[in-house]
Amino acid sequence: MKQPLIELQDVTVAYARHPALHHVSGTFREGSMTAITGPNGAGKSTLLKAIMGELPVAEGTIKRPGLTARDFGYLPQAAEIDRQFPMSVADTVMLGAWRRSGAFRRIDPDVKAKARKALSAVGLEGFGGRIIGSLSSGQFQRVLFARLLLQDAKIIVLDEPFTAIDARTTRDLLDIVCRWHKEGRTIIAVLHDFDQVRAHFPETLLLAREAIDWGPTSVAMSSRNLLRARAMAESWDEGAEVCEKDAAVA
Amino acid sequence: MTLHAIFISPFVDYGFMRRALVACFALALGSGPVGVLLMLRRMSLVGDAMSHAILPGAAIGFLIAGGLSLPAMGFGGLVAGLSIALLSGVISRTTSLREDASFASFYLTSLALGVLIVSLRGSNIDLLHVLFGTILAIDANALYLVGGIASLTIIALAVVYRPLVAECFDPEFLRAVGGRGSLFHFLFLLLVVINLVASFEALGTLMAVGLMMLPAAVARLWAQSLPTMFAVAAATAVVSGYLGLVASFHFAVASGPTIILTASCIYGVSLILSPSGMARRLYSRPHLKA
Ligand SMILES: Nc1ncnc2c1ncn2[C@@H]1O[C@H](COP(=O)(O)OP(=O)(O)O)[C@@H](O)[C@H]1O
Ligand SMILES: [Mg+2]
Repeated sequence: MKQPLIELQDVTVAYARHPALHHVSGTFREGSMTAITGPNGAGKSTLLKAIMGELPVAEGTIKRPGLTARDFGYLPQAAEIDRQFPMSVADTVMLGAWRRSGAFRRIDPDVKAKARKALSAVGLEGFGGRIIGSLSSGQFQRVLFARLLLQDAKIIVLDEPFTAIDARTTRDLLDIVCRWHKEGRTIIAVLHDFDQVRAHFPETLLLAREAIDWGPTSVAMSSRNLLRARAMAESWDEGAEVCEKDAAVA
Repeated sequence: MTLHAIFISPFVDYGFMRRALVACFALALGSGPVGVLLMLRRMSLVGDAMSHAILPGAAIGFLIAGGLSLPAMGFGGLVAGLSIALLSGVISRTTSLREDASFASFYLTSLALGVLIVSLRGSNIDLLHVLFGTILAIDANALYLVGGIASLTIIALAVVYRPLVAECFDPEFLRAVGGRGSLFHFLFLLLVVINLVASFEALGTLMAVGLMMLPAAVARLWAQSLPTMFAVAAATAVVSGYLGLVASFHFAVASGPTIILTASCIYGVSLILSPSGMARRLYSRPHLKA
């Protein structure tokens, strides 16, 4: 078995004492490819941010031995990017080389070549000079993937990368995700399409404010579990205060 | 009247017109690009509010110096502008108010406070100067200040261009790659404040932000890339300053408002004629092959 890369122990993450997810335990192993799925508001995005260390955990621990923020390549959910911003496609992609070029250093020719290669890998050859405002949303998502390619991160974290993206683009980008997996990178992706998850992701975390199941996809995505996830989402009480598990301890 | 008499001789004949023109050009070169970034961050309202926030500080400088003293009022304005920028950053982080909303509530408070402080000691003339500026009365010291601020702004923009643009475009990404985004955000607010202090000397509180936001809006209509936007904004501000001074000279009207109105006219014309403007929509040309 590969090394555990990220270990969650009884993790609770809360916004102003309202837990967005609670008592989640499990492991992401090095080189694993995990889908996170569950109803809206299940805490999926929250979990990703906690894993990357962007949100503090209220209880429990997340162990990330030796990892820093820079080991993560993150694609936020419907990235809050102003697409009318006057940036060229090439400049957007080259942001992915931030670690190398930093804030002040000259962008060396090697980075430019890599950016061109990344663009052709996502099917946007020759788009470098275009302004991002002139792209379709599918094309823009391809640009963000090209930026991830340049980032060359050990762990790739994707939050609903294919929501509202056309089928052809989804297929192309999913290929890239699978290639990352083959290169030995660790993939963590929030997805809604169950067929996609079953076809490509060996492991699944089914989340509904707590982990319904976390393991091999065929087991985690059993119809019984899926029903439970839905029921939990529907019976969720926004006004709930103290969690029973904590109350039992207290 | 010859063209020479209209466009050139006011500046040849009068030293105060020459100084006003130099001040306008310097303001334009600094404020144009800063305004573009402010607009792209959707912080236009913030700029407006900040220009008002400078007033109480400048007014306290006025009280302490006992008159319209440039260094005292400039320094007071700088301190007030920066504290408001910091304070509202804190407020928007600790409450659920958006930055825009928190700035807007400072807006009226500052204006009222500033006017009150000036009227404690000053005359109505002083008040007019503070509110509408004194571009025709700019002296050598004020020119050094405005010119220095413009040079500093341009150099700073050149040095921090990449992180500033990255922070403006995708702050979340910059944070994720450890890019110290808040440092550059603060640096940017600093640039906004010093440029507002410079404009405050020339155009007064109420219109200081005019040479920042109107040229930026014009640039957005004409230009596609960020560097060309900077250039168009600065050029628009330069032209507004020049034509505004010429018009105010010949029609004997207040120069600050005339400069701003000139910029408004350029904006109006751009709304109609620019590539994304109304005229192009009415008269569409045949499309290209594929
Ligand atoms: N910044 C926030 N402040 C307060 N509550 C939040 C915040 N972000 C998310 N939440 C709440 O946390 C819960 C989980 O959100 P999220 O992780 O975005 O869910 P998902 O990504 O699974 O749809 C939701 O109930 C949401 O309303
Ligand atoms: Mg989400």
